[in-house]
Amino acid sequence: MGQIQLNQVTKSFGDVQVIPPLDLTIEDGEFTVFVGPSGCGKSTLLRLIAGLEDVSSGMISIDGADQTMTPPAKRGLAMVFQSYALYPHMSVRKNIAFPLRMAKMDQAEIDRRVEGAASVLNLADYLDRRPGQLSGGQRQRVAIGRAIVREPAAFLFDEPLSNLDAALRVGMRLEISELHKRLTTTMIYVTHDQVEAMTMADKIVVLHAGVIEQVGSPLELYRNPRNTFVAGFIGSPKMNLLEGPEAQKFNAKTIGIRPEHIGISADAGDWEGVVGVSEHLGSDTFFHVKCDAFEHPLTVRASGELTMSYGAKVFLTPDQAHLHRFDDQGLRLG
Amino acid sequence: MATQHSRSAARVMMAPAVILLLGWMLIPLTMTLYFSFKKYLPLRGGDLGWVGFDNYVRFVSSSAFWPSIQTTLIIVGGVLAITVSLGVLLAILLNQPMWGQGIVRILVIAPFFVMPTVSALVWKNMFMDPNYGLLAHLWKFFGATPVEWLSQASLPSIVMIVSWQWLPFATLILLTAIQSLDSEQLEAAEMDGAPPIKRFGFIVLPHLGRAITVVILIQTIFLLAIFAEIFVTTGGAFGTKTLSYLIFQRVLESQNIGLGSAGGVYAIILANIVAIFLMRIVGKNLDA
Repeated sequence: MGQIQLNQVTKSFGDVQVIPPLDLTIEDGEFTVFVGPSGCGKSTLLRLIAGLEDVSSGMISIDGADQTMTPPAKRGLAMVFQSYALYPHMSVRKNIAFPLRMAKMDQAEIDRRVEGAASVLNLADYLDRRPGQLSGGQRQRVAIGRAIVREPAAFLFDEPLSNLDAALRVGMRLEISELHKRLTTTMIYVTHDQVEAMTMADKIVVLHAGVIEQVGSPLELYRNPRNTFVAGFIGSPKMNLLEGPEAQKFNAKTIGIRPEHIGISADAGDWEGVVGVSEHLGSDTFFHVKCDAFEHPLTVRASGELTMSYGAKVFLTPDQAHLHRFDDQGLRLG
Repeated sequence: MATQHSRSAARVMMAPAVILLLGWMLIPLTMTLYFSFKKYLPLRGGDLGWVGFDNYVRFVSSSAFWPSIQTTLIIVGGVLAITVSLGVLLAILLNQPMWGQGIVRILVIAPFFVMPTVSALVWKNMFMDPNYGLLAHLWKFFGATPVEWLSQASLPSIVMIVSWQWLPFATLILLTAIQSLDSEQLEAAEMDGAPPIKRFGFIVLPHLGRAITVVILIQTIFLLAIFAEIFVTTGGAFGTKTLSYLIFQRVLESQNIGLGSAGGVYAIILANIVAIFLMRIVGKNLDA
């Protein structure tokens, strides 16, 4: 079990309120990702749930029981830190066994659980090494191992992949998703990388300046962003957010159109522009097109076969069915 | 970087320093060895010729020799125990955020800047004097008879004075070490259910291992040779005669340079024995 509920939770450091009153429910077994730009309060929120920071007001309950004042160790949550926070002077075995030793579990049970975790995480050959002798990905797995042996109600991940190189990150992302499918334990995962959020989450919580902008499944957020912030944050490359007279034609302050929903043609279309830099990824090509109608260049996705030279004249046509409209406050219209 | 040319240039440039250091060390060492085999009494006939190992035998068979070794080891061990344990506690205390942290840290470090002679005099006259000392007043205030520190508890008194001088050094090194501890490690241990005492034992203390090793090694080198504190306070009386003090007495009070030099050679041997033991016990901490 691991249902976590936040009720009117706030956090202030001195006079600065980093998290205004916030409500959130994380269902049992859900993979929830907190995503947002640096300094949006997502790590603080995670630390509040972990109990490493005290809430300024409000209530945190886990499985229906009020745990607001419970010390971190008693909440039954396990955390994986950004720096892994492995104990450098202990072997991998002792690192993983540490929480069990603190719980005064008997040695046979400790050995059984450590061996179990090691085999799940492919660490069996490294149990007698020190963390300093392991690669980044292996250290990451030790940190996860230390969390899973406790059999917690929920796992908390604080940007666990940000210290890994790109290739390893993709691999670990899969492994963590795989682990979640196998354990079916609640996981809360903090990241600033929207790709991680999109690929791993059952539920994404988009945070901005301590405020929840939108909660929903990855595709819900992608298809129906509630406001311009979410629209610009979710999706890569970013959605084109356009203002000016062209937007007013659609009765909106801002219109949003994703790169894949714009047609590009050399002959005819709605908006005339000039091709800037093109990024060839093989499967796709992204063109940056400067249109006279808009202040900022647009990003357009086209098939990888299409080539256009720098400075070429083109016409763009938005797909009206996938056009997002936003009002003066940046909120979604219609 | 390391071409043939740059390597030889580096050797040439380092040579003056290396030669100077070698001379600095080798000349006194050779002279000590040279005199230790001679009967040399500056005020009673000067150089009276070679005597073989006579000086070595006389130095060891003197009734003052073994007690002086014992005193040396007690002072070194006592001061190390006090400075390391109090140093760890003080470092943890000073690492806590508090008002006036900067000033407190400077105050804690201050005793290290007081010269040994001065601090020994201050302790002897202002604290430990049985008539006027602060401690005597304290004892009288509670109706007790003042302790004559330097005669009744001479060795503990000297350990106390020297510890007071070296505590700042230990605190300073341990404080910098404690500041380099990753706070996420402590938080991880907290989440793992380790109470504060266990966090100290399992995380903080192992992290400080290397710094403690450095403190022990450096302090031992200096503590084996303490002199001013003894000279100023007890003058070697009341069982406070260390090996270095005994050598001083042989050379300057008995005016016997040969005998003193033999003692110097024993001091070198003692220092090396202590160093070997220390490196065995704590040296492995220095490997990464």
